[in-house]
Amino acid sequence: MLANLRRSFLLSLVFLAFLGLAYGYAGTGVSMLFFRHQAEGSFVKDGQAVVGSAEIEQAWAGPKWFQGRPDASLLTNKPNQVVVSGTQQWGPRSKALERFVAAQASRLEKEGIKPTNSLVTNSGSLVDPDISPAGAYAQVDAVAKANHLPVATVRALVASHVHGRELGFLGAPYVNVLELNMALYSFEHHLHR
Amino acid sequence: MSYFWVIVALVLVLGIAWRFLGSYMEAVFAGRVRYLAWAERPVYRLIGVDPDVEQPWQRYAGALIVFSGMALLFTYAIQRLQGSLPLNPQHLGAVPPALAWNTAVSFTTNTNWQNYAGETTMSYFSQMAALTVQQFVSAAVGIAVAIALVRGFARRNSPTIGNFWVDIVRCTLYVLLPIAFAAGFVFVGEGAVQTLAGPVTVHDFLNSTTQVIARGPVGFMESIKQLGTNGGGFFNANGSDPFEDPSALTNFLSFALILSIPVALTYTFGKMVGNRRQGVALLAAMAILFGAWVGFSSYAEHQPNPAVAAAHVVSQPQGNMVGKEVRFGPMQTTLYDIASTQTSTGSVSGANDSFTPIGGFGLLTGMMLGEVTPGGVGSGLYTILLFAIVAVFIGGLMIGRTPEYLGKKIQAKEVKLASFGVLVMPLTVLILTGIAVSVHAGRAGPSNAGPHAFTEILYAFTSQANNNGSAFAGLSGDTPFYNILGGVAMLLGRFAIIVPCLALGGTLAAKGAVAENLGTFRTDTPLFVGLLIGVILIVGGLTFFPAVSLGPIAEQLSKGLF
Repeated sequence: MLANLRRSFLLSLVFLAFLGLAYGYAGTGVSMLFFRHQAEGSFVKDGQAVVGSAEIEQAWAGPKWFQGRPDASLLTNKPNQVVVSGTQQWGPRSKALERFVAAQASRLEKEGIKPTNSLVTNSGSLVDPDISPAGAYAQVDAVAKANHLPVATVRALVASHVHGRELGFLGAPYVNVLELNMALYSFEHHLHR
Repeated sequence: MSYFWVIVALVLVLGIAWRFLGSYMEAVFAGRVRYLAWAERPVYRLIGVDPDVEQPWQRYAGALIVFSGMALLFTYAIQRLQGSLPLNPQHLGAVPPALAWNTAVSFTTNTNWQNYAGETTMSYFSQMAALTVQQFVSAAVGIAVAIALVRGFARRNSPTIGNFWVDIVRCTLYVLLPIAFAAGFVFVGEGAVQTLAGPVTVHDFLNSTTQVIARGPVGFMESIKQLGTNGGGFFNANGSDPFEDPSALTNFLSFALILSIPVALTYTFGKMVGNRRQGVALLAAMAILFGAWVGFSSYAEHQPNPAVAAAHVVSQPQGNMVGKEVRFGPMQTTLYDIASTQTSTGSVSGANDSFTPIGGFGLLTGMMLGEVTPGGVGSGLYTILLFAIVAVFIGGLMIGRTPEYLGKKIQAKEVKLASFGVLVMPLTVLILTGIAVSVHAGRAGPSNAGPHAFTEILYAFTSQANNNGSAFAGLSGDTPFYNILGGVAMLLGRFAIIVPCLALGGTLAAKGAVAENLGTFRTDTPLFVGLLIGVILIVGGLTFFPAVSLGPIAEQLSKGLF
């Protein structure tokens, strides 16, 4: 018993040092060496200013910008506090979920956007940075109108930002909202100069 | 159609893992792999263990219990002291006692049930030195138990079943560490964060929004979280958080890692007992049940969400997208979550609570089968071996002769140990769920109404007693009641099965072989696979059908919303 206690204590220390600290530091080291951009959080910059992370959703006030999934109202953190991921847990027969979906749909319709599945449902992480291609195309008319751009131009912009399935068969097609809005921004910027 | 190719790719990857990782693990535990002996030997010298001396089962179990107790103490202490420890850029204070207890039990039992939000509760030191360490160690302990039990079948007239210290050190060093490191690299390359710098505040001038984005050493924790069938994520949203699981490729990698060791261990088993077909038979039983669950759950999640449909505002061509991520889509999310619930992993890539009633039924009942399809690392193999003993016993009763399994006579003692091991989990789940729905503190937990509320409680105890750790997260589990009772469920679900398994290994190892003859019931045939599946389904069905009919089945059959 005593020998087992001593062994357990020493082995726990060894594991703490190697599996906890050395493993974590070595992993961080090689990540910084090879994948610094991703390891630091995939931040998207405009010139020097960081505008957001390509991996983390932010709330876009429409209709000038393409909107993401309706997660912002469900976040539980206060402003200037760390964003806590993880969604509202609504069962499949939840009245609250029905009310939420109906409210999102009427908000979108007011802005001239035909609601789609990914635009009215909450994501799992509450920071899903993507929408489905259908969700992006549904916003083309409204975004074009608000920015005084030809509809065809905006539609072409969306089309060039649809990501297909990874390796051709994994997951589902998506549009990254920050990427699309950055493209929209630089397009307009270019136009007005 | 693309989902079909996802399944084909998964089967291919697992086939490779089964054949090569399986035979590699056999060589590791037989001591034939030695390329890291330079790292191994100093550890044995430090802890004063002679790697060539083996232990009888009582001493093996004693070492395991004391070591797990120490691991629990370390994990608890680090959380309580994190305020004064380094790597704490957010200056987080100590984790409260009841929560630290629940979390310490959870990670040392390979459960990874989480009653906290990682980004606002745990310092980087706690995530690395307490939680990630246990993701390696608890996995190694589980695998060691399975190997020790299989040695019991493989050996003849042996007083010992291996050396616990050597088994966990070798498992960590040769199996878990290299694969986890390589996979961690892929996670980060695809977009997972891996940094020790704290959260960043980002102001987007385009949109004038400000966000504080949590970061941390995530990518390399993610790989061992999946490989060790642990499931405890860095962030609250677990595998649906884009910083943990950034792409459809990492999502695929996740369930491939989750399933690889449990599947490969069936090959290890076959090789150790000297008949690969025995391993194939166990794998076939696992795969048939797993495939059935993936099938009906995927179908269910491809259907519209009833509450969204009731709002009559959108069509749902992709299926149920509530609580799911666009980059994965409902199909791959379902495959991930089924893999995770049937392996004692419990990581999630979508909100389990928002699955359709039948999808949620798939997640819940996958655990209720006892985590054997294919089950967690090690725990899947040792638990299905208990079921196999029960199956040969029933087969023996039918033909009226003493049952044998793998050349060993299965007598009263073995059948008692196996039955005990099989019944611990259902008893724990049903009794604790009964207590929770009978007292106010328990009924205060669920956030939904109607049958879904009952499912949330039932799911919590099923998950913890099976050392799974996934959640129907609508339950507010961070209360003294759920923290303490959940800790008890996790300890029983782990050690009340491990000890009988080791005892079984010990008694089997001591036996000689019985010669196979015409009357021997062969256990490498489709007939045995069918019998084994029958036993697993009947035990699970008889114990849990009444409880399940009050939860997801009632929810599926009811109309309207709650």
